[in-house]
Amino acid sequence: MSKGIRIKRGLSLRLEGEAEKELVKAPRSKTYAIKPPDFHALVPKMVLKEGAKVLAGDELFFSKYTDELRFTSPVSGVLKQIKRGEKRKIMEVIIEADPEDTYKDFGKMDAASSDAEAVKQRILESGCGAFINQRPYDIVADPKDTPKAIFISAVSTAPLAPDWGFILKDRLAAFQEGINALKKLTPGKVHLGVDASSAQYLKDIEGVELHNVKGPHPAGNVGVQIHEIDPINQGDRVWTVKPEDVSIIGNVFLTGNYIADRTVAVTGSEAANRKYFSTKIGAEVSALIQKVDEDVRIISGNVLTGLKIAYNQHISFFSNEVTLIPEGNKYRAFGWLPFTYNNIHSNSKTSLSWLFPNRKFKPTTNLNGEERALVVTGEMEEVLPMDIYPMQLIKACMAGDIEKMENLGIYEVAPEDFALVEYVNTSKIEIQDVIRLGLDLMITEVG
Amino acid sequence: MEWIRQKLDKIKEPFAPGKKYEKYAPAVNAIDTFLFTPNHTTQKGAHIRDAVDLKRTMITVVLALIPALIFGMWNAGHQHFTQLGGDFTFWDAFAHGALKIVPMIVVSYAVGLGIEFAFAIFRGHEVNEGYLVTGLLIPMIMPVDFPLWMLALSVVFAVLVGKEAFGGTGMNILNPALTARAFAFFAYPTYMSGNQVWVSEASTVDAISGETILGSLAAGENASYSMMDMFYGFIPGSVAETSTLFILLGALLLILTKVGSWRIILSAFIGAAVMGLIFNALPSMGVAGNELTNFPWYGHLIIGGLAFGIVFMATDPVSAAQTMKGKWIYGFLIGFLSVMIRVFNPAYPEGVMLGILLMNVFAPTIDHYVIQSNIKRRKKRIESAKTQVKTAV
Repeated sequence: MSKGIRIKRGLSLRLEGEAEKELVKAPRSKTYAIKPPDFHALVPKMVLKEGAKVLAGDELFFSKYTDELRFTSPVSGVLKQIKRGEKRKIMEVIIEADPEDTYKDFGKMDAASSDAEAVKQRILESGCGAFINQRPYDIVADPKDTPKAIFISAVSTAPLAPDWGFILKDRLAAFQEGINALKKLTPGKVHLGVDASSAQYLKDIEGVELHNVKGPHPAGNVGVQIHEIDPINQGDRVWTVKPEDVSIIGNVFLTGNYIADRTVAVTGSEAANRKYFSTKIGAEVSALIQKVDEDVRIISGNVLTGLKIAYNQHISFFSNEVTLIPEGNKYRAFGWLPFTYNNIHSNSKTSLSWLFPNRKFKPTTNLNGEERALVVTGEMEEVLPMDIYPMQLIKACMAGDIEKMENLGIYEVAPEDFALVEYVNTSKIEIQDVIRLGLDLMITEVG
Repeated sequence: MEWIRQKLDKIKEPFAPGKKYEKYAPAVNAIDTFLFTPNHTTQKGAHIRDAVDLKRTMITVVLALIPALIFGMWNAGHQHFTQLGGDFTFWDAFAHGALKIVPMIVVSYAVGLGIEFAFAIFRGHEVNEGYLVTGLLIPMIMPVDFPLWMLALSVVFAVLVGKEAFGGTGMNILNPALTARAFAFFAYPTYMSGNQVWVSEASTVDAISGETILGSLAAGENASYSMMDMFYGFIPGSVAETSTLFILLGALLLILTKVGSWRIILSAFIGAAVMGLIFNALPSMGVAGNELTNFPWYGHLIIGGLAFGIVFMATDPVSAAQTMKGKWIYGFLIGFLSVMIRVFNPAYPEGVMLGILLMNVFAPTIDHYVIQSNIKRRKKRIESAKTQVKTAV
């Protein structure tokens, strides 16, 4: 059964540097890293010491407050280094990889015919619990909860986002098995959002409630789809999983191995070889891109929500994309004059960029202004297709007014849903950060 | 440009963090960022950002004001010389107006920006651009002969009490420009009202009458100007509010650039028209009415400061309603109340200033109720979800 979701408000940015639809096997990188900060609010506790040998699927660390939640090695090799930051916070767990992976064997299992508790245990022991995210709060899901429903969005609307249909086309069996497993975790439905115009094979997946999604970004954000399908109320828990991770979960059941395949699209105007690379989770970014200097920003993820990384660092856990764009550390004379510098996109009409709807823009990281007080109204609503008052919610988060945040719908949002709001904001406020801090406050005060 | 950039970097050296004049950095930065959009890059969140910033937004409003301002300068001279009689050229009229109005603008910017800079240094934040618009609006809504020292005092009051007392740009409840005008109006009524002030030098030259159309209507006399004169703006009044045509030109720019809310502008004109129509309908209901109530409704839209107030001051995003629905209500009531005050308040023939200030005060209340309906919807959803669970059990 399929239902239609039509999003009207939003903004699809057309940028230079889309990845060619060609899947290439990436050279094996020397080291792979799992970065605990990729999982917001997680406090990791190490299981292994530096120098220990690991198989792909061996536990590296677990969550201090939820010890069922395990994080396992994406490759086999030697635990080379536990990188710590301030207050000895674990920043990176680096594994020096063997030339070929040897896998820990969890044993095959047919998810559909197995007991729900056994399925859950298998997901947790293989480290696949890390793939399951919880809304509200946008944090790793607590295995002790029972979610109202599980949402998967296979719609890519973010700028230069990888095409899920292309990534999944040869892994449908694993994807289907992953869905079968996830179905055991919830008494509710598993919702799958697909692009209304995408290939049929994703629409043939069984056991899900299919939603044909149409519209500009952020229509592809799972949060927007949840808001349309079954909005989160106070006290609700829903889980979200990214499409490629569903197939990794499926593979655990089909093969008994934790095969941490990660397809990474290299995109952006500064990338030399723009293709889809197949690699493992946590690979070195240098294995995929050409050597770049400081004039280029390497983003693990997309331009709106990604993380800035250096050339010698590793790709983030959830990133299916690496974007390279020029740094914008240059002055522009009289940049404030309306209708000048029309090569920079603007959602407002003070730039003539809107006269060229088919033009692909080549954005830099320049802030295009300075931070100011919130003055302009109405611009945020244009790119947030939810029944939420963005400016009022942001102000409530800044003020830390819990009751107001609750009333205005803090449970329904994640920072990524406000990425476009942050993009268009005239006052250049770090809005995703404001929402994140608001959510963190809710975690500590309400839980 | 490169040469200027290097010079600027050199000048800024002693203002860098940790250096001697660190405290005064906002002042230098304000000048620097006026010349160059800074080289700041995104650090957190979205890596790319929209081309628009507050400077650009505010400059767009200033651009939208220019047609009305230039017309206002010419009209000041035009009114003066027409009433005196005799020949005069376009440039005579323009020069006459410009000589009076340019000093007003200079005083307004000097005093207002001075205070803004001082507060920015005192509070340690960058100078906000809001005053670029306010500083130009204030002289544009004053009578042309308004003494400069009174103008300076009004500016001081508006910026200190109207804005900074509430926490600065983005926090004020009242529109600062209208606060300045209201201050001047109540502090110096003889310079701000009556039939002596609305044409240049009317108070000193006997041959000139300084009466506005609204003034004569309120006094029970017929207006001696044609509707087209009123629309084009060849009428007495405050500096730049007379020409509906040039104001609409500015409105067009504001609406096309999405800087001004078309919802507020449209609904305010509708509100004014509705109130005008109600008054026009009085004779048919057996009430005689007076010159003001019988003045055609469309006339109300083009005389006085209504158009100027609606387009440039009701749309001030900080003091207006912030929600979509709220903007419709807010705009409508401004138009509605402005015409009502015009008709019912004989002491003060123009109501748009008070209409907007009143609605500025009520804008948060309107928003509150609009947002409450959103909150109620959310609570209702929780209720229905709970009952569903109960029936399922």
